[in-house]
Amino acid sequence: MSQRKTTNVEVRLPSRMGFEKVAMSTAASVAKLMGFREDRIEDLKTAVAEACINAIEHGNRLNEKLSVGVILSAGEDSLEVKVIDDGKGMQNQPAKPDIDRKMHGEEDPRGMGMFLIQALVDEAEWVAGANGKSSYVRLVIRLDKDQV
Amino acid sequence: MQSETKSRVEQITSPAGHPVTVLRFEGDIASTSKDAVLGTYQALPKAANKIILLDFTKVDYINSSGIALVIQLLIEASNSAQKVYAFGLSAHFVKVFTMVGITKYAGLFPTQAEAMAAL
Repeated sequence: MSQRKTTNVEVRLPSRMGFEKVAMSTAASVAKLMGFREDRIEDLKTAVAEACINAIEHGNRLNEKLSVGVILSAGEDSLEVKVIDDGKGMQNQPAKPDIDRKMHGEEDPRGMGMFLIQALVDEAEWVAGANGKSSYVRLVIRLDKDQV
Repeated sequence: MQSETKSRVEQITSPAGHPVTVLRFEGDIASTSKDAVLGTYQALPKAANKIILLDFTKVDYINSSGIALVIQLLIEASNSAQKVYAFGLSAHFVKVFTMVGITKYAGLFPTQAEAMAAL
């Protein structure tokens, strides 16, 4: 049985807005090393930034004593990113944002992070941690066949 | 950690003779950008500024909170019968603005020259 090689990179962020850019840059560097196209790297950067913002703001509730873990696992043909916080995880998936409802004041102008994450990566799943802690979002982007 | 958003206002006239108010942004557009984005826009007299052009040429990072600020600006502009256009977004953020539906309420152009030619 052949073993698939995976290389891991880990980053730990303080729960302070703005530090999502550290994870974003790290993810971009790993994706570049793997040979992802520039447009896919931009997609990944936004998805990782939004996942970290959710973890900082909603998961850890901006508590700077808590950190956000980011684990990047580079496989042969895909990159998986786990963003881990100390929150209870998503209880409900928010509805897809509706610009018309937002423009008419029927929907909060905010609340697009999860939509962007789902739209920009190949896989996204939100996993609630046991005992209401260590919840994570798992993102996957795959190399196109012509990039492998 | 987030780079401060700078903004400045410039008044120009389109080739068709319409007065255009350009809001030029620089830095990140994020939750900390409320004053630079909404504050700058809200300080403009509504009656005298009917065409608003947003310049994102010097913006590298826009997150969902920043997009929400742009939507708030669009809501206020719509309520004041102002037209909003934008230029200078990277291909990625043109895609993101299109995905969230902003293009339904704000015309996007690659450059200021292309925007001005259309106004």
